[in-house]
Amino acid sequence: MIGTLDAKIPHGPLDQKWRSHRDHSRLVSPNNRRKFEIIVVGSGLAGGSAAATLGELGYRVKCFCFQDSPRRAHSIAAQGGINAAKNYQNDGDSVYRLFHDTIKGGDFRSREANVYRLAEVSNQIIDQCVEQGVPFAREYGGLLANRSFGGAQVSRTFYARGQTGQQLLLGCYQALCRQITAGTVQMFPQTEMLDLVIVDGNAKGIITRSLRSGKIDKHAGDAVVLATGGYGNVFYLSTNARGCNVTATYRAYKKGALFANPSFTQIHPTCIPVSGEHQSKLTLMSESLRNDGRVWVPKRKEDREKPPGEISEADRDYYLERKYPSYGNLAARDISSRAAKEVCDEGRGVGPGGRGVYLDFADAIKRLGEDTIRERYGNLFEVYEKITGENAYKVPMRIYPAVHYTMGGLWVDYNLMSNVPGLFVIGEANFSDHGANRLGASALMQGLADGYFILPYTLPNYLASQMGKRPPADSPEFQQAESDVRTRIRKLLDVDGKRSLDSIHRELGLLLWDKCGMSRHAKGLREALVKIRELREEFWRNVRVLGKDEDFNQSLERAGRVADFLEFAELMCIDALERNESCGGHFREEHQTPEGEALRDDENQAAVFAWEFQGDGESPTLHREPLHFETVHLTQRSYK
Amino acid sequence: MNFKLKIWRQKDRQSRGKLIDYEVRDISSNTSFLEMLDILNENLLGRGEEPIAFDSDCREGICGICSLTINGEAHGPDHPGAVCELYMRKFRDGETIVVEPFRVRSFPLVKDLVIDRSALDRIVQAGGFISARAGSAPEANSTPIPKHDADLAMEAAACIGCGACAAACPNGSAMLFTAAKVSHLSLLPQGRPERVTRALKMVQIMDAEGFGNCTNTYECEAVCPAEISASFIAKLNREYAHAILQRGTGE
Repeated sequence: MIGTLDAKIPHGPLDQKWRSHRDHSRLVSPNNRRKFEIIVVGSGLAGGSAAATLGELGYRVKCFCFQDSPRRAHSIAAQGGINAAKNYQNDGDSVYRLFHDTIKGGDFRSREANVYRLAEVSNQIIDQCVEQGVPFAREYGGLLANRSFGGAQVSRTFYARGQTGQQLLLGCYQALCRQITAGTVQMFPQTEMLDLVIVDGNAKGIITRSLRSGKIDKHAGDAVVLATGGYGNVFYLSTNARGCNVTATYRAYKKGALFANPSFTQIHPTCIPVSGEHQSKLTLMSESLRNDGRVWVPKRKEDREKPPGEISEADRDYYLERKYPSYGNLAARDISSRAAKEVCDEGRGVGPGGRGVYLDFADAIKRLGEDTIRERYGNLFEVYEKITGENAYKVPMRIYPAVHYTMGGLWVDYNLMSNVPGLFVIGEANFSDHGANRLGASALMQGLADGYFILPYTLPNYLASQMGKRPPADSPEFQQAESDVRTRIRKLLDVDGKRSLDSIHRELGLLLWDKCGMSRHAKGLREALVKIRELREEFWRNVRVLGKDEDFNQSLERAGRVADFLEFAELMCIDALERNESCGGHFREEHQTPEGEALRDDENQAAVFAWEFQGDGESPTLHREPLHFETVHLTQRSYK
Repeated sequence: MNFKLKIWRQKDRQSRGKLIDYEVRDISSNTSFLEMLDILNENLLGRGEEPIAFDSDCREGICGICSLTINGEAHGPDHPGAVCELYMRKFRDGETIVVEPFRVRSFPLVKDLVIDRSALDRIVQAGGFISARAGSAPEANSTPIPKHDADLAMEAAACIGCGACAAACPNGSAMLFTAAKVSHLSLLPQGRPERVTRALKMVQIMDAEGFGNCTNTYECEAVCPAEISASFIAKLNREYAHAILQRGTGE
């Protein structure tokens, strides 16, 4: 059993916590580092940067990814940019302001100390990436360029066209390649983690399956780092890559790691609307577009099928500018998404099915010229045209919110270590920095902060007490975990039912989108809980997975992930039901202000909800970590 | 829309593969090519046949895992773009579509349409990086970089690592891939210290992996989803010649 959750936040003033923590953390001397083996699962911005940096420091690293190359991790798809408090624009930015915007953007449901540290190291990330050769956008004088992003009143976002995630990931990947050549990092592509192994209460290894051959392997290490991203694909349709899944973190949860705030999911306001039933994923249009695009719908329902050009200025409702004059089209993501849902619920949505709003560049093109807009967003306009067949230079884009990011994740302390000693969780996979809503251009920042600049300091602090404690990979705990994994795989293949994986997954997704999506209420969540259980039962009774175990078998690999989503979805709804307030991406209809904004309950709910697994079919136990705000003043979040 | 498909099926590297005929019906023109394959796979599953193995992940043209040659063209007819960005509206109703994996000697086949492109990783591992230790980097704005150079570096860096360049090349050459990385890094001041060794080592490994040479057919540029210009190959040749000379004179 777990006692009180101790986040291990260092004492002292906010701006000195990280420095003093580093000064007092234990170290591992250079000649001892090669005696430690670190397992890093995931090779995106967090995992890639962690593996490369730990390798550089002299640890022996094993890095695992399910893609055929670490360069393909889903961080690659991030478009808009990465925040840093450089204040290069002289517009009043500072570490404090980035911290404050992030805390406020997260609707006061994240830890002050973690977020302050994130803002502090943000500047080092830019230095590091430039040094690696990341070709950030520059001004004619050769200095770095910035743009502004949602939830901020300064320009602090660094970018590389609309491919910032790609360029940052390639920077990481290249650093990783260098370590692979140096022999410090051993890469295991197309390998999926299927279980965590705990020995004497410490995370000491993982069980993996090769997606190429189906071979099951046991890997022992001195510590395990999960950098396995988010669980947005529980909704079936999301902007995540097809392979993104909850399996690694969920299996760790089943081995005792706490899962924090699973209901905190981010619905991104600017995605291409759903076009039909066959659709396999949704495509994001970077939020940076909201710098120059204006969001509107017709004022009257009757106009919604008219061509946009025929709707006069006076008949348009630029609802974000109207409702949130000081942030306008750059209001935070959760708020912009809900506003879009509202106008569509009112029957004023545009495009097929009426689930869409316009994002219009006509004014910006008039003001800046088409060439400037092309230079800023050209590739996004091309993507839009490929998918919809429409030219957004001529007609406004249509956008609608879609699941994009998950703020929830495994619970970690200030050291990014979970409640299971030796299990570290970084990047989107942990819950730590974004509270109930993440600001744009902060995910890249967090992934790289964790991997380059935080874990390399906090991991040694743990390792220093673990010298010589790595168990052999054939110890009983490993054998047991391997046998459990094999049993589960056999079970999946033995069902031999009639229904396809996709149809079950799609049904789960629609259910969650409806009951645990942009807005939730207690009755709906209770209904969802019943239906999820029914669907899960049907899965284990009637799913059809073809092929063999020890083989390249894409159906089998996906079946395992869908099975985990079917359990995890329940945890999401339990969490959403338990949190009796609205905050950030979690909007409970029972808790709203008279103007329809999220109504927090700071007195009773200013806490992290961390769930402990109690066994299949049992209700998980809730642990609350109270959030203490010593520096910022809790206010109702306003972008007006 | 309805389509006839001829799809390459091959159990594993050792087996012999062949094109198998399939049909799909009532496909919406807004369906992506990969979604059409998803639908086909659902149909196959319903009949108890093993689904067609193919790789896809981001499905928005950036992860580079797509590896299909469609009607003889790497990534199909809608250039520039990866297969995942290809929509069925680009085909005629009733058309017969031939789907094969990228065919390059250095990309061994794994199963059906899935191939092994780890050779590209090994080229980057040979030297496609800048040695920059976390913690050592100078202040980012301390080295201004002319916008032109940064933009050009970005154009090269945009490569998604799919290997279509090699698949389209009659020689199976990965020159465009290698050139993009060498150019990206040598255009930036941070990449200069390792410029010579990088060009030499990457070209050496590229050759050792069995990729062919460039004979200026520009098929690579024509199919590149990231629109990498073949002029970077000329730059790679200059970088390589410069490196050989410098090495030869003992500088």
